Amino acid sequence: MWQKLTSTESGRGLLMVGPPFLYALILMAFPLIAIFLFSFWTQDFMNLDMTFTLNNYREIIEKPIYGALLQRSLMVSGAVTVVTVLLAFPVAYFISFHVRPDRKSLWLFLITIPFWTSYLIRVFLWKVILGYNGVINTGLLNIGLIDEPLTFILYNVNAVIITLAHAFAPFAILPIFVALEKIDRSLLEASQDLGESKFMTFIRITLPLAMPGVVGAVLIVFIPTIGDYVTPELMGGAGGKLIANMIQTQFLALNNAPLGAALAIVAMLCVTAISLVFVLLNRRWLKGRS
Amino acid sequence: MTALITLTGVNKYYADYHALRDINLTINAGEFFSLLGPSGCGKTTLLRTIAGFEQVTDGVVMIGGADMAAVPANLRPTNMVFQSYAIFPHLSVAENVAFGLRKSKDIDKQTKAEMVEEALTMVGLAGYGKRAAHALSGGQRQRVALARALILKPKVLLLDEPLSALDKKMREQMQVELIRLQRQVGITFILVTHDQEEALVMSDRIAVMFEGEIGQLADPETLYRRPNSRRVASFIGKMNFLEAEVNAVSDVIAIDVEGLGPLQVSLEQAPEPVKQGPAVVGIRPETLGILFEGETTDRKLIDGVVDEVVYYGDMTYYDIRIKGISQAINIAMKNLIGRPVLEVGEAAQVIWDERALVVLN
Repeated sequence: MWQKLTSTESGRGLLMVGPPFLYALILMAFPLIAIFLFSFWTQDFMNLDMTFTLNNYREIIEKPIYGALLQRSLMVSGAVTVVTVLLAFPVAYFISFHVRPDRKSLWLFLITIPFWTSYLIRVFLWKVILGYNGVINTGLLNIGLIDEPLTFILYNVNAVIITLAHAFAPFAILPIFVALEKIDRSLLEASQDLGESKFMTFIRITLPLAMPGVVGAVLIVFIPTIGDYVTPELMGGAGGKLIANMIQTQFLALNNAPLGAALAIVAMLCVTAISLVFVLLNRRWLKGRS
Repeated sequence: MTALITLTGVNKYYADYHALRDINLTINAGEFFSLLGPSGCGKTTLLRTIAGFEQVTDGVVMIGGADMAAVPANLRPTNMVFQSYAIFPHLSVAENVAFGLRKSKDIDKQTKAEMVEEALTMVGLAGYGKRAAHALSGGQRQRVALARALILKPKVLLLDEPLSALDKKMREQMQVELIRLQRQVGITFILVTHDQEEALVMSDRIAVMFEGEIGQLADPETLYRRPNSRRVASFIGKMNFLEAEVNAVSDVIAIDVEGLGPLQVSLEQAPEPVKQGPAVVGIRPETLGILFEGETTDRKLIDGVVDEVVYYGDMTYYDIRIKGISQAINIAMKNLIGRPVLEVGEAAQVIWDERALVVLN
């Protein structure tokens, strides 16, 4: 058996794929299946009633809080995505078009520096910056621009958006940078040669050709942020909680794993649907590129 | 002939590198002009200077009587066919061709579509408009690039090594088509190429460039028959060089050539004025000959020995050693009926004529 595995090409392939496949099966597929099954069961105090029921989903649809949370999550993720991509594009553009070729990797390296500290610490740093006695408020008070500390920048949705946008910036910069790097510079000259200004060249050539990178960035930022639970927990205050926080509450505090599971499934379906739209969009943009 | 483009004292530096050295050049309206030279000679830089992609460090570029110093590339009356063709990959063929028409607001959609089809027909791509740009072959891309530039009816069409990416057959076909197209539209074409044959075939005039300078500017025949320097002579076609000594210059040149002895040649055979003293004499392989058995000649003969034979099918190139000449002489012979291909070591009688000599400094 072992001999067969190591001697043939396909056997060696199986041997290599095996461990990560098992790993993925145990850590991805089983939990997913478990969550999926849980969502059709009922929690009966300490016991789990395993008869099939759609009650959890019915509750999610009927109680407005879940819909509202989901909506807020989508809104926050959408805002984070828009802010991140809009801020990332100029950075990527600058590195691709205005940084000397031999310095580009240095710039990309520098962009990853915030990632040398843990995500949690970065979230807390934003607390220090945005807090009531934080850097921004103290600074603005000292130069006399405001009379009392701003309160709309911490413990609400704004704080969540600011923190997440910063956290995901490199993930947006890199795919856009790669897309911009791939643009043949003679195309830009050709556009100008055909009478277009630099601005119109950007609109007609650079932007459309960078779209695959932009769509990639949107997906990379949107998908994880909708399920993010640490940042809203720490930065969101009472009004800034998102669907992930509710899932956590259901699983732990309320000991209602089936409802939590159903919520997770619903959130996942939403993300899948929206992602599919972007994937299809990307297909359209990618059409005609080889 | 009216001058369309005038370059006066154009210099271009990249940091310390002197890419263009004091270029003075006039290109006439309606002419097919070529910039020919080896890689790195500055020919592409010069073309990009005319297009507006490079700023001159010093000097004046005039197009149609207007100083171009403050005119950016998108406002110049020039269009370019790029070496890579630079076809926009996200647009269809028709959208590529119509790209530059966006600004022409006075032309309605219908007319624009007709113009596109007309331009595509002109380059032999009628009916290709709906195709995706990425589905085109190299030759088709080039035609699209041509149509895209010509539809704007520029005063000058700039071609940056447009044929270098095509295979030999395609290249020869496109050469003929470009000449036909240029006559048809009457636009000034400026071609950058490192292929001397391409330049000779297509151009009305050729500027040969070396190290940022124009070595010689002439029509193809003059350039080939009367190169003004050794580097031009060796860049264009093959040329044998013989050491020589100019004895006297009057209404003829009295010159002593190695292996050939003292001769008299006409003044026209020295493109640049020569003085008494050492000189170099150039002679093209096809102006020499070998006397085969059964053939006769009334021209001069000299004895030699075959040193190398290169058989090309239609031609055979021989290297012949001749007593008194330091280097073997290259001779091109047509493989006519009855002519044998000589073998290395065979004796050969070389036919020569002093009228074919070029005297160089």
